[in-house]
Amino acid sequence: MRKLLLTITAVAILSTLSIAQNRTLPSVDVKTLNGGSMNITAIENDGNPIVISFWATWCKPCKKELNTIAEVYEDWQDETGVKLIALSIDDTRTMTKVAPYVNASDWDYEVYLDPNGDLKRAMGVSTVPHTFLLNSKKEIVWQHKGYVDGDENELLEQIEKIAK
Amino acid sequence: MIKKISLTLTIACLTIICFAQENSGEFHGDFDLNMQSYQEDKLIEAEPVDEIILNNAYLNINYTQGNFAAGLRYESYLNALLDFDDDYKGNGIPFRYATYTIDGLEVTAGNYYEQIGSGLIFRSYENKGLGIDNAMDGVRLKYIPVKGIYLKTFIGKNRTYFTYSDGIIRGADAEVNLNESLNFESKTKIIVGQGFVSRFQADNNPKFKLPQNIAAYSSRLNIINGGWNYSGEYAIKLNDPIGSLTAEGNNYANGNALMSSLAYSQRGFGIIAEMHRVDHMEFRSERAQEKQYIINYIPTLTKQHTYTLLALYPCATQSEGEFGTQVDVFYKIKKGSVLGGKYGTKISFNFSNIRSLEKGVKYDTNKNEIEEISSSFKNDYTDFTPKFFSKNGELFFNDINLEIYKKINKKMKATGILARQSYNKDVLEGKTPGTYGTVNSTIAIADVSYKIKEGHTVRVELQELLADGGDGSWSMGLVEYTISPHWFFAVQDMYNWGNHDVEKQLHYVNINCGFLKGANRIAIGYGKKRAGIFCVGGVCKEVPSANGFSLTISSSF
Repeated sequence: MRKLLLTITAVAILSTLSIAQNRTLPSVDVKTLNGGSMNITAIENDGNPIVISFWATWCKPCKKELNTIAEVYEDWQDETGVKLIALSIDDTRTMTKVAPYVNASDWDYEVYLDPNGDLKRAMGVSTVPHTFLLNSKKEIVWQHKGYVDGDENELLEQIEKIAK
Repeated sequence: MIKKISLTLTIACLTIICFAQENSGEFHGDFDLNMQSYQEDKLIEAEPVDEIILNNAYLNINYTQGNFAAGLRYESYLNALLDFDDDYKGNGIPFRYATYTIDGLEVTAGNYYEQIGSGLIFRSYENKGLGIDNAMDGVRLKYIPVKGIYLKTFIGKNRTYFTYSDGIIRGADAEVNLNESLNFESKTKIIVGQGFVSRFQADNNPKFKLPQNIAAYSSRLNIINGGWNYSGEYAIKLNDPIGSLTAEGNNYANGNALMSSLAYSQRGFGIIAEMHRVDHMEFRSERAQEKQYIINYIPTLTKQHTYTLLALYPCATQSEGEFGTQVDVFYKIKKGSVLGGKYGTKISFNFSNIRSLEKGVKYDTNKNEIEEISSSFKNDYTDFTPKFFSKNGELFFNDINLEIYKKINKKMKATGILARQSYNKDVLEGKTPGTYGTVNSTIAIADVSYKIKEGHTVRVELQELLADGGDGSWSMGLVEYTISPHWFFAVQDMYNWGNHDVEKQLHYVNINCGFLKGANRIAIGYGKKRAGIFCVGGVCKEVPSANGFSLTISSSF
């Protein structure tokens, strides 16, 4: 029985790999900082690239990444039209701190909340930070786990590749 | 088990058929592997294991096609890492689901995670680091009849390792966003919510007549106006005798919890003040008083620290009774000012204080005082309700800390932290009162990173914890070298130089390196881990000391 299952799983994975089609966003609801609800597939950037960065207020490398990009975000936007979405996985312990932290940090990102990890699971995010890059059709074309100083340059290169 | 496997197979087959027909579905998932070798080290009390190597691994597969999704998770514990409960044993597919959405109605069958409000009365979630997974198995419906009204209801059993608990959990929740549903534009946004959960477990106790259906409900309110944000939730859990069922131990009191927070923020500044009061709110999927059955979540009201020595003595919510307050301030000193310098300076301040509710006395069958209690208690011999405010409650935890972050120039960034913590070791680690008392510690941290050349960065962390109680004082140093975007190397040493037992004044050295590329991350490490309390989100587990190699692989597709 177990062998059969493994075979089926393997077939499933292989068939996906062989077709290698582009990956789209799953249809999952996230919360807005205004207390509203929104389906993540509804994000828009007029056909320009979108970056989705999963983070949390308790995650040092996440904040480092987003603070570093914040310094050059205006330049990035001018050059490539990119929009960054900071997707917080803070649960209800730290969720209330997200808006004050974001505001105090002077970030210009769009911020959404995923307090029980629904989107995180649907997108296969096991640790933060985890960054996805979406092209004009909102297909995921690149992703990166973790952040060390300098990683923002690789992200910018990838954005430039797909920017109009 | 066979039933489970056949269901999984059916889902897998169906998804493949869909896939073959339409060719527009997508398979995605992620994989995690954590392997650790265990060598004996008598000095740090690390035990060897017969298997030499223990391994945990997970594979998630999700299939989506338009409004339909299905998936499963394969879990393998051969055998489970030492810091996991050994009830995680062997291989299996404990998680599988299918869901679809049509005209605002979402139907899920199989496993799901769900939360009502802040989680005070119900939260099912997973945290692999802590070994927590209380997924539900059953049916869930979510419905949005009109914009701004969100309804959900569910029924199911609660996962405990590879089985399910006895209790049947039923729940419902309604959330109304007044602005969206009444369709009026206003600066003030109001959201109200009402949740309800009930547990059924048959009464098989020959001696007592136990309630078979236990209800809990909560009401919540969120008001947002410009930079202001108020949010509050109040929960009640009806009588629920749990644990050891004896004449004196039975507790038919209702539990309740209140949490309230007020935040204000504007560009460059944010402040948030929070309080909570928790009284007899432990809620389980079974009467048996064992850790894994908890189905609610009471957020801990302290800062979630990440630096090692700041998190050495972490706080965990005492769901049977506590009163807590917390204040956070975030401030960014502007660029160009005297203190702000060229890049600005970020400051964050945090204060938290957690104490017991005011105490009362519990009586036995002969009306003799048997112990002090600090939560609501009601049976034939004791009827006690603590006061709302706790002025003289026993201190559980106190933390005051200040963090400053500054980018000094193009190459250098620095963080400095000063903190003072009090940690009631007896209460927070569930020891007999008077065993250890309270550990008071003063902590200082410096974290500096320096860019050597494009992509190459060296980071140094120095941490110092001065304390009399507990294990005494600690020092820690860490050097990390990263080459973006692929490599990291780190060496760290924790030194317990202040331990009162001279033989335990030990070094805990760890070496780690890793390779990252796109969606894959591989890391290997070697070193000693200190026994201690490891917490995420206020939920903690005790971790034994260990010595050996570790391998972690994380991948996503």
